[in-house]
Amino acid sequence: MLFRVFDQGELPILFSALTARHEVIGPVEAGVDRHGKPFYAFEPATDFRALRLAYTTTKLPAKRYFLPCREDLATFRTSGSDWSKTVEYNVDRPRVFFGLHACDINALNKLDKVLTGGDYPMPWYAAKRRNMFIVGVDCEPQPSCFCRSMGADTALSGFDLFLTGIGDRYFAEILSNNAYNLLRGIRAVEPGEEEHVLYRRAVAEKTRKYTARVDTTDLTKILDMEFESPVWKSWGEKCLSCGSCAAVCPTCYCYGVEETVDIDLSVARKTKTLYSCNLVDFAQVAGGHNFRPESHSRLKYRYYHKHRGFVEAYEESLCTGCGRCGETCLAGINVPDVIASVRGEGGA
Amino acid sequence: MAAGGTKSWLGAPLLRPRVAFFELTSCGGCQLQVLNHEGTLLDFLSLVEVTDFREAMTERSHEYDIAFVEGCVSRSDEVARLRQIRRNARTLVALGSCACFGGVPRMKNRFPDPGLLAREIYGEYPMATETVRALDEIVPVDLKVHGCPFPKEELEKVVLHIALGKAIETPRHPICFECKANGNVCLFDLGELCLGPVTRGGCSAWCPGNRFGCWGCRGPADDANLDSLRAIAKEHGFSGEDLADRLECFGGFTPREAPEPSPRRKSRKRGTR
Ligand code: SF4
Ligand code: SF4
Ligand code: SF4
Ligand code: SF4
Ligand code: SF4
Repeated sequence: MLFRVFDQGELPILFSALTARHEVIGPVEAGVDRHGKPFYAFEPATDFRALRLAYTTTKLPAKRYFLPCREDLATFRTSGSDWSKTVEYNVDRPRVFFGLHACDINALNKLDKVLTGGDYPMPWYAAKRRNMFIVGVDCEPQPSCFCRSMGADTALSGFDLFLTGIGDRYFAEILSNNAYNLLRGIRAVEPGEEEHVLYRRAVAEKTRKYTARVDTTDLTKILDMEFESPVWKSWGEKCLSCGSCAAVCPTCYCYGVEETVDIDLSVARKTKTLYSCNLVDFAQVAGGHNFRPESHSRLKYRYYHKHRGFVEAYEESLCTGCGRCGETCLAGINVPDVIASVRGEGGA
Repeated sequence: MAAGGTKSWLGAPLLRPRVAFFELTSCGGCQLQVLNHEGTLLDFLSLVEVTDFREAMTERSHEYDIAFVEGCVSRSDEVARLRQIRRNARTLVALGSCACFGGVPRMKNRFPDPGLLAREIYGEYPMATETVRALDEIVPVDLKVHGCPFPKEELEKVVLHIALGKAIETPRHPICFECKANGNVCLFDLGELCLGPVTRGGCSAWCPGNRFGCWGCRGPADDANLDSLRAIAKEHGFSGEDLADRLECFGGFTPREAPEPSPRRKSRKRGTR
């Protein structure tokens, strides 16, 4: 890994160099909530002044840009008894993500394992993922953030450039040729021992700020032991089976595929729609049998996929600890509380 | 009423069902919705043969395979009419919230003295009205198209799938999932009440998308967790009354007054006659 240091005043120049040729997505303020607190969203940005790089976790993840909620996988144009198929990967240009937090970069790394790593990569995801340029930025842990517990508080891969604020300068980590060349357009220098110390201090300071924690020690085993634990039922009683948790989760990738025909009968489509294991018919099979008719069993399997099944398959959790699901859940169901209750620490 | 000849799909001629639209106690909005979407209206109409549609045509016939019935039952003559429609139709579709669960008119059931209501509303021209009931409290219903009104796309899909012989799926989960998919910020976060967490999806979160909390016009989702929503509403500072008002508005969440059990209802299988 290469490192550079530059004045924060150079950043708009970097940004302009990127917007001159690419679509740039970054954190912008999207409104103010009922407590008067601003909230943020990843939106296309052309003006550096619209960016809020000191943002707190966005309500919705950046997922819609690489795993859209709805996407046509193929279209079939018909004429008479004939038809022709078109497959579109629905990406027409590289995209720059300017200002992703470490958790959201790690989310992409996790998605990569499932969607591009196996024997059957998903081309609709891969096409978008391969066409990304990612600039990461450091963050300020919020009360809902437990990424450190999930090992997702720093990003070691999956970005081009990562920026950590050290005073009025940025400490930049460079992971790609493109990022290296981009930095040649501004005044950036190699860091010395002084900057190394400042960087480590910034990281240590961030680390001290975490308040939410999840104890992952032996978690896969404990989940196996506590499969019948009564806590699942009590969380299930609160759960609305609304699927909001999966909708806001940066790593939930489940989907359904539907075949539809346009009303004028000219085109048929195979459409992919993201889904959630909390929705009532997620485990309903042909013939109508539902393997998980009760909300507590669905909620439980969400946790088993994130914290047990995925860990066994990939030696890491499918949860980055971003805290979005707990923040969005109207019923107050959140990962730290659920896992603590399963471990017998604090009730549901 | 027919538009164009029989359609075909991949060379095979399509089923062209004879359909009729009927209106019981309602505002007529759902029938108007049938005629909306001018861009695809002719395509829609070319998939069916409309034999009776008072809102749209003058000629009428009693020959039809599918009856789309808008409105609830609130008069004895409507009971008889609905039974006759049921006898004529192979498939009976409840169109809209009034037909599915009584809709807005169901609110009148809570008044203990129906005579008072009749006097207040009809004055010196009293009309004999009864307890408001949904279609399936009188006759078996094969399919429900929810909403006040339902989204036109939903009905287009029903008709298209009948023509193509494809299964018709009714959305079963709450509005929230579509709401999030559309990128909306939750109205609870903005300090507003919303019935999205318990209401049947399929409207693409129409109201929250326009920054207006859901009033539950599509009725309860499968497995709707009302107790949890009550606790959530309270926590967010909404009174029980605020919530009850909304839940009552379209009738979908109102427990049904003991319906007279219909003997046919038990012995009949869904969709057959
Ligand atoms: S855990 Fe919360 S967000 Fe997820 S389905 Fe249940 S109620 Fe909805
Ligand atoms: S499960 Fe929750 S905390 Fe974990 S990555 Fe998903 S949204 Fe974030
Ligand atoms: S099974 Fe549930 S938790 Fe796992 S990816 Fe799918 S929706 Fe997310
Ligand atoms: S606005 Fe309503 S429908 Fe949308 S997420 Fe919030 S509660 Fe659900
Ligand atoms: S958001 Fe609610 S009230 Fe609005 S159309 Fe949908 S179901 Fe009806």
